[in-house]
Amino acid sequence: MPMKALTGNEAMAEAMRQINPDVVAAYPITPATEVVQLFANFVADGRVDTEFVAVESEHSALSACIGAAAAGGRVMTSTSSQGLALMHEMLYIAAALRLPIVICGINRSLSAPINIHCDHSDTMGSRESGWMHIFAEESQEAYDSIFQAIKIAERAYLPMIVSTDGFIISHCMQRIDMLEDKEVQDFIGECKPHHSLLLTDKPYTVGPLSLQDYYFEHKRQEIEAMMQVAPIIDEVGKEFGDKFGRHYGLFEEYKLDDADNIIMAAGSAAGTAKVAVDEARDKGIKAGLLRIRVMRPFPYKQIQKVLKDKMIISVLDRSDSMSTMGGPLFIETRAALYDTETHPPICDYIYGLGGREIDVENILSVFEKGEIYKKKGVEKKLAFIGVRE
Amino acid sequence: MPKLKEVIKNGNLFTAGHRACAGCPGPIIIRQALMVAGPNTVVTINTGCMEVASSIDPFTSWNVPFMHEAFENSAAAITGVEACYEAFKKKGKIKKHMNFIAFGGDGSSYDIGLQALSGAIEREHRFLYICYDNQAYMNTGIQRSSATPRGSHTTTSPAGTVIPGKIQKRKDLTEIIAAHDLPYAAQASPGYWNDFMKKVEKALNCGGPSFINVLSPCPLGWRHKADESIDIAKLAVQSKFWPLYEVENGKYKITYKPREEVDIEEFLKVQGRFAHLFKPENRHIIDELREDINYKWDRLERLERLYSD
Ligand SMILES: Cc1ncc(C[n+]2csc(CCOP(=O)(O)OP(=O)(O)O)c2C)c(N)n1
Ligand code: SF4
Ligand SMILES: [Mg+2]
Repeated sequence: MPMKALTGNEAMAEAMRQINPDVVAAYPITPATEVVQLFANFVADGRVDTEFVAVESEHSALSACIGAAAAGGRVMTSTSSQGLALMHEMLYIAAALRLPIVICGINRSLSAPINIHCDHSDTMGSRESGWMHIFAEESQEAYDSIFQAIKIAERAYLPMIVSTDGFIISHCMQRIDMLEDKEVQDFIGECKPHHSLLLTDKPYTVGPLSLQDYYFEHKRQEIEAMMQVAPIIDEVGKEFGDKFGRHYGLFEEYKLDDADNIIMAAGSAAGTAKVAVDEARDKGIKAGLLRIRVMRPFPYKQIQKVLKDKMIISVLDRSDSMSTMGGPLFIETRAALYDTETHPPICDYIYGLGGREIDVENILSVFEKGEIYKKKGVEKKLAFIGVRE
Repeated sequence: MPKLKEVIKNGNLFTAGHRACAGCPGPIIIRQALMVAGPNTVVTINTGCMEVASSIDPFTSWNVPFMHEAFENSAAAITGVEACYEAFKKKGKIKKHMNFIAFGGDGSSYDIGLQALSGAIEREHRFLYICYDNQAYMNTGIQRSSATPRGSHTTTSPAGTVIPGKIQKRKDLTEIIAAHDLPYAAQASPGYWNDFMKKVEKALNCGGPSFINVLSPCPLGWRHKADESIDIAKLAVQSKFWPLYEVENGKYKITYKPREEVDIEEFLKVQGRFAHLFKPENRHIIDELREDINYKWDRLERLERLYSD
């Protein structure tokens, strides 16, 4: 298998090239722009057969993707931040029409103030739209996950976002273990849609007005579809792992088994947290990490299983929910743990908004706080890391 | 004009049973367009009267593949469908020739969806956009749009005791679209079905993006009787309120010239939305409307002359 030094964006663009979708409709936005530009080059150089639609906005990008997917095509796009926010209306429509579109997302904060750097507000803000969502920790995972996303989406009939942390991953070089083009095609297989708008001898109506009498059934089916997703993700992750040696699941456990002091995180900070786990262990702390990979559907049952007997869980959230109850990862994990009999203590740390650095020291201090909370109980449910007080 | 004997063989691609009001010309416009386009046509539509009236789950009036996404993006949606068609064609997955038509009301075309429409035309997708222009947001209860003419009463530009309806003149979308230098743009009226169907045929065969703006008198919003819609659609043309013309590769042509003068008052007085204009204190608005219309007609004639040699 070829090895290449690529940035996160380059890895994502390469994955798109190897997938060779029927249609890509996209619009530039930092830090996702590069993905779109690189892909435009592949089109210009005839390295893909894709119809590339350089739309005039992200709203139209997703609208065109929906049209193309309803026509039966394999369809992809890429965006970030304000772009995803502008797509918001169409996110729900893509999901409810059960179209397996894949977005290469690059996580970036939302305005105001305008800021181009990483946090998770953008994709977290879309978590009720019906899209499946994978937070990749680094570029290799992003690259691998995009192939899986195509397969998962086409099996589940739901769209999927695979995202990396803006700049931290999207613009940093990493060694990528690439697949051969043929291996990719064999893995993803042919796109076999149920319906197509291009079949004029079987005309069908998409997106009708559905009122009190049928709307609920449509939504119910969408919810049911999302309930079927977790095993599909596991299945596809296993297929991928068996073929290419890299296994992926709903979340990653790092030294979790014997740990009692746990940190939960998503995205690139999990890489830093792994170093902090090792250093904390050197200091005698039984530290461990649960890295959320799949945010939608939220793997609450599996989380319950691995966290129920822990003594303290500290969640790192790279966005807030403005509910005053903490960030989304915290709120959902806490809700998941409500069903356990042990109710392990849990607290939340908001970090890294607008690209603010988080380092090993920061995370170590969370483990140290955890040691105190373990004995005295949680003093502060919601705290901030690395912000001026 | 496409041969009626021929197009009629395409059958009814937009069936009865839709829920549009009695006397609504919207379904007539759709049916005539599809009659010309034939069954190998994909349609997208914006949210609005014609969408909600035509596809109430689990029923549909569309005998062609049809998609509604949202209020502002039927133009973007059809470009996705067309792009997929092109991709499939390249890969040999599809061979037949197909037509792509996006519909929108004036609200979605002049206002909230103008960007998507402009972008789709600039990208030179092969599709026809048909705006059925009833000059207000009818589906949500007759609110003003930028297509609403000066003086018109709507629920957000009501004729009050101080302000007599909409103060501003209407936007000229046909000219905005023509400024994209697209192969074909036109204005039509259901009062002149043969003129409209001929334009649809030209539009579908122009090889690129095309646009037709069709006036659609709305009995509910314009406050006229259900059986008067087509007469009013004719009066609009005869009074020069709604000129029938086309811009083919930049060349302007007025496709119908009224034989005798019909004053704008004849058009206004049959519609409740303009009733307040006939009060003495509001009559100046009729004069302003007349000026708007004369200015536009004069301009059109000059443009036509410019290209007539
Ligand atoms: C983003 C968004 N804003 C507002 C609406 C509400 N809405 C639905 S249809 C409509 C007006 C439609 O007007 P027009 O395009 O003129 O079509 P008509 O109903 O007159 O045929 C509005 C405001 C919506 N569906 N979506
Ligand atoms: S309100 Fe007007 S445009 Fe809407 S269906 Fe009725 S007549 Fe037609
Ligand atoms: Mg309207």
